[in-house]
Amino acid sequence: MSHPFRLADPRKARDLSLAIHLLAPSRTIKLVHVCGTHEIAIARHGLRRLLPDSVQILEGPGCPVCVTPAADIERAVRMSEQGAIVCTYGDMLRVPGRGRSLDDARAAGADVRTVLSADEVARIARATSREVVFFAVGFETTAPMTAAVALDAPPPNLSFLVAHKLIPPAMAALLDMPEVALDGYLAPGHVSTILGSAAYEPWLSRLRVPVVIGGFEPLDVLYALALLVRQIRDGLAVVENAYPRAVSCGGNEAALRLIRDVFEPCDAAWRGIGEIPLSGLRLLPRHASLDALARFEVGAVDEAPTIPGCRCAEVLTARAVPSDCPLFATRCTPLSPVGPCMVGAEGACAIWFRYRRKEVP
Amino acid sequence: MSAAQVRVSSLHGAGGEVMDDLIRSLIVPRFAARSAGRIGLSAMDDGATIERPATGELVVTTDCHVVKPVFFPGGDIGRLAAAGTVNDLAVMGARPVAFTLGIILEEGFALEDLEKILDSFAEVLAEVDASLVGGDTKVMASGDVDGIILCATGFGIADRAVSDAELWEGDDVLITGTVGDHGMALLAAREEFRLSTRLVSDVAPLWSLLKPVLPMGVHAMKDPTRGGLAAALNEMARKSEACVEIDEASIPLRAEVAGLSDLLGISPLDVANEGKAVLVVDPQATGAILAALAAHPRGAQARRIGKVTRRYPGRVVMDTGIGGERFLDMPLGDPVPRIC
Amino acid sequence: MCLAAPARVVSVLGRTAVVDYDGVQMTARLDALADPLAPGDYVLIHSGFAIRRLSAADGEETLRLFDELSQSLGSAPDGSGTRPGRPAPR
Repeated sequence: MSHPFRLADPRKARDLSLAIHLLAPSRTIKLVHVCGTHEIAIARHGLRRLLPDSVQILEGPGCPVCVTPAADIERAVRMSEQGAIVCTYGDMLRVPGRGRSLDDARAAGADVRTVLSADEVARIARATSREVVFFAVGFETTAPMTAAVALDAPPPNLSFLVAHKLIPPAMAALLDMPEVALDGYLAPGHVSTILGSAAYEPWLSRLRVPVVIGGFEPLDVLYALALLVRQIRDGLAVVENAYPRAVSCGGNEAALRLIRDVFEPCDAAWRGIGEIPLSGLRLLPRHASLDALARFEVGAVDEAPTIPGCRCAEVLTARAVPSDCPLFATRCTPLSPVGPCMVGAEGACAIWFRYRRKEVP
Repeated sequence: MSAAQVRVSSLHGAGGEVMDDLIRSLIVPRFAARSAGRIGLSAMDDGATIERPATGELVVTTDCHVVKPVFFPGGDIGRLAAAGTVNDLAVMGARPVAFTLGIILEEGFALEDLEKILDSFAEVLAEVDASLVGGDTKVMASGDVDGIILCATGFGIADRAVSDAELWEGDDVLITGTVGDHGMALLAAREEFRLSTRLVSDVAPLWSLLKPVLPMGVHAMKDPTRGGLAAALNEMARKSEACVEIDEASIPLRAEVAGLSDLLGISPLDVANEGKAVLVVDPQATGAILAALAAHPRGAQARRIGKVTRRYPGRVVMDTGIGGERFLDMPLGDPVPRIC
Repeated sequence: MCLAAPARVVSVLGRTAVVDYDGVQMTARLDALADPLAPGDYVLIHSGFAIRRLSAADGEETLRLFDELSQSLGSAPDGSGTRPGRPAPR
């Protein structure tokens, strides 16, 4: 491969695997990551085979489309039915809200478009006189892009349905839940590119467990896990940056400024988890005219009721693994998802279904 | 046909003079040079005849093609329909002989584009020396169909048809070239993604590539089209109740395909190929078969990518190249780009 | 929401840059990047925006960190260490 950051040397992988084996305590430890891309890297490269049995990796609420409330999806669907062109990232397309997804709306004739970049949304809006809604989902990595488009003289027919979420409050909220016992966090690399490693420090007093920021090449993931088990061995609980090539201490000030110029933190509902204080972003009052909710009469939307038998809430909070759920791979599959963890491509259940359902023993 | 006529109208499918004119002026001349029997396309009869082979088996396949855009980097729907049908025959070990073609057009479709598409279809048939012996054309109202649909049926003759279910323990698994080119080229060409690459579809007929290796120890073949290599290998493993073990690092990938895979979050093993075949062969013959494939321009990157074992019957296991291992499963549906 | 790719800068034009990732070129916006860019630099691209400048040396530096860890544990950084725990995959 041409770029110098492809880190998949099998000899180095063996070295790092050996390091983890040497460092890992004999008791079982639970390490939680909060990024679907980490889960995909781990599953796609079969990295669990390189870990000792005592090191368990679980996925927390790291899939932004999975944690997007069903009510928000239903609002986007209704806007599309009212004639708006609804643009969103491909991940969001098949996620059902109140029984139906944006993909279902598209099949029924609505104009729903997949974009790879927030930038494309403004281009779409400039090319039409119709109302265009950007259903903006994602964590700190993605929010600056929405902000940049909102600040860049957006055309008058463009509005935003904002469902951005923030990772550190969710990491802290997870630890406040009863029955959640975890030994360390693998923190998301590209969220941290924006936030900076120092951003986790204020949360440490609540986190009380080691936090290691990891990248996404297979060796990056193994290295971060090695640092986590080393902290556990040494009885430490500090923030370590195992992805220094992409993450600085202070983060990306330009991106953070974009977020601050457009959004303010707000309490937010996480699908499957519930409300977490100050864990979401909403448009600042001075940008209220960009709010899609002010332009469309979508009416009242209830959040989807809890599905009997579904254990997504526990999976999203690292209290269960997907295969613990009686619905997993029986009533609940990626083609007919029941719970939120099965709906997004990077949801824990969807990834387990795809890569681990019958894992190579 | 009148010179002013530049677009398909409902009359082209109405069965009258205009449709007759379309067939006589646009279709027949492109295919009249070859016939497969006594009554061919130019007779414009109710059916055509195909000369019965003295030995061997008659192999038949049918495939309907829709593609967006109709003209894509490296080909068009005409080349895709012809090559796709030829390849279905070729991986059965059958020499392509005769084809029929159903054309469904949207009112307003540019006749110039239809001509280009027919040229592409004819070019592939000429390359494999097969004939178009019949067809049908229908026109649907604007909006009822998206541009054009081609449905091709191919007839071929095999000494002994090769199935996709004869995987024997110890066999080697080969691929005739780079994986994922067609699917990724089409994704990269999607206007809204604003990507630019030199990647083109691999759409090409494979008969001349596969013909020489047929007698050399080929046990099973399959063309990894929709669903990609992942679907093809899983289907083969399931049907034979065999385990296919592959080595990810040995799968030939163009740099652009690997790059698009990272950018779009889509596996190159899950997307379509239109000019590649998976061969399951006698391990004694692997060297000779790879050499024969490599001698053909469409097989220059042929590789051994794995072997058939009994480890997990019906499953495909992939060594991920860094010491990890995982099952490679059937893709669930059309891949959607993600940014997560 | 973290898919980001390290692409090479081909050219810079005001607030945008043309970048190349394994032969795939695209235009990236630079609104979310304070650092100046020059052709040949690498940038992490997320959702069409550059979010971090990288230098080609960063890849090497990362590998050095991996080796440092291995060395600190006395395990051979040259891959000659044997893999404990589970039996080899096959």
